[in-house]
Formats: sequence, C-alpha cells, structure tokens
Amino acid sequence: MREFYGTSLPNPLMLGTAQYPSPAILADAFRRSGAGVATVSLRRESGTDRAGQEFWKLINDLGVLVLPNTAGCHSVKEAVTTAHMAREMFDTKWIKLEVIGEDDTLQPDVFGLVEAAKILTDEGFQVFPYTTEDLVVADKLLNAGCEVLMPWGAPIGSGLGLNNVFGLRAMRAHFPDVPLVVDAGLGLPSHAAAAMELGYDAVLLNTAVAKAGDPAAMAEAFSKAIEAGKIAHDSDPMEIRDMASPSTPVIGKAFLS
Amino acid sequence: MNIQLNGEMKQTDAATLEALLDEHGFGGAKIATALNGEFVPAPLRASTKLKDGDRLEVLAPMQGG
Repeated sequence: MREFYGTSLPNPLMLGTAQYPSPAILADAFRRSGAGVATVSLRRESGTDRAGQEFWKLINDLGVLVLPNTAGCHSVKEAVTTAHMAREMFDTKWIKLEVIGEDDTLQPDVFGLVEAAKILTDEGFQVFPYTTEDLVVADKLLNAGCEVLMPWGAPIGSGLGLNNVFGLRAMRAHFPDVPLVVDAGLGLPSHAAAAMELGYDAVLLNTAVAKAGDPAAMAEAFSKAIEAGKIAHDSDPMEIRDMASPSTPVIGKAFLS
Repeated sequence: MNIQLNGEMKQTDAATLEALLDEHGFGGAKIATALNGEFVPAPLRASTKLKDGDRLEVLAPMQGG
C-alpha cells in the first residue's frame, strides 16, 4: 500500500466524525470498520460547556491518526490561518485542505487551493488537498509540494458516488505513483469498492456512515467493500468487451440438432 | 473595554489574551486562538495585549468530515 507522507495506514478507510447520532455510535463505527484515520475540524468553543474538550477525549481514545480539515473556508487566508491553528491544536503536520468555491456543490476553488497548498507546503505542512479530478490542477498541486491528491467522487454529502469515473480513472493512470484518495460524495459501499477497483489508495467519507440507520454496521460494510475493491484491483481484473464470449467451452459440444 | 469573543460582545478589564481566556473559563483547555483574523500561537497569549474592539476567535477540536 502506498504511504501517505511516509505513513502507512492500517486500513484504507478515512472516516469523518460529524453527524453521528451519539458519541458512542461514532466510536462504535470506528471500532467495527477499523478505520485508521479520523477527520476532525475546528470550531468555536464555549468556556462554559467546553464541548470540544469532550469530543477531543473521545477521538484520542480511538487511537487513530487525526486529519484536521479546513472545512468551510472560502479564502486562502482563512484556510491558511485555520491550518496554523490546527497544527498547534492537533500537533500534526497533516492538513486536509479545503478551499470552497461554490456553496451549492461545495466545489473546491482550485485556484485558491493551489495557492494555499503552496504556502502551507513551504511552511512544512503535509497537505491533503480536496480537489477535483482535473489533471492540470492536480499537476499544479504536485508542483506546489503536495504528495497526496484527494479528488471528489461527487459533491460533499450528496451520496451520488463516483460522478466521473472516466476522470478518476484518467487521474489514476496519469499519476501512477501518487497516493490518491476519493474524498466526498460516496453513498454506498459499492461506490467505495468501485474507487478501490480503479486503483485508488484510500477513500474518505462521513455522511454515508453517519446518516445510515445503523452507522456502525454501515461503517463495517464500507470497510469490507473497500477491502474487496482493493483485492479486486490487485487481482488484475479482466478486460471488458462489447460482445458476448462464451465461458463454457465450445469444443466438445455435442451435435444434438 | 469591549472585545468580541467568538462573535459575542464581552466587557472585560483583561489586559492580555491569556487573562481573557482565564476569565472566560478556557484555562487548561485544548484550544487555538486568532486575534483579528491572525493566528496567535499559545506561547504568545500571555504577551498579547488586548485593545478595545478586538475580535477574538477561540477554537477547539470539533466533529468534521
């Protein structure tokens, strides 16, 4: 398995921590799936209820790697400042860099993304950029110092799956040695399996698990689908063809007409 | 003086960022701070002076995707 900035993941599932019915169910989802990375964010804290402190204890107890995000940032400055705060708070160089350009689709502002990625990698951050499947943008992110790319499957929280399989396949082919993660838009385990069958190294998802009727069971289902997809990819799938080809041997067939 | 703390106006006599954090129950908490949009690293909180109209953001770990 490819490493992410020198780190091997125990499991190619990166799981978000938002929108679960309860902290206990969140923890159960991580346990049942074996997800090795938890994405987290930074939000305003209250000095009276100190909700963030409780949440941090829960995440710490999971014993997983933490990938802080810059979710909700719409400008380079916001994203860079959030990254600085995340680095201090979580004591990690990892940052899932989001610079949002459009509110209906939460599509990345790829121009701002490249600019912010350059600033942060120059400062020693290890950037996981949330991007599109655009190859030119991907190339610019790599030139900016990113060593991982995270193209979207579909708009965040949509559950649509892999909207542009051609684009994702092209990205895998174009950057054979770069760790690639499908991030966002997955709704079903089969979507995650499809990403892994394309040769992706990991998938990152949140809503599909957190909003399922039984989040922990769904997390396990995703984990199994990811494993199946990875084994399938490593097994070198057959080539597809337009016309039928009999699987049962024709030679030796009796003449019965 | 008046300080905007996480979007809410607060009256305070705290001279420094650290004093304001203590005053509002953030002592010992896992937080990160930004003053007027600029990140203030933890070691600089004690020496960061406040002035009337400052905007302070106090962030903590939170659920995210």
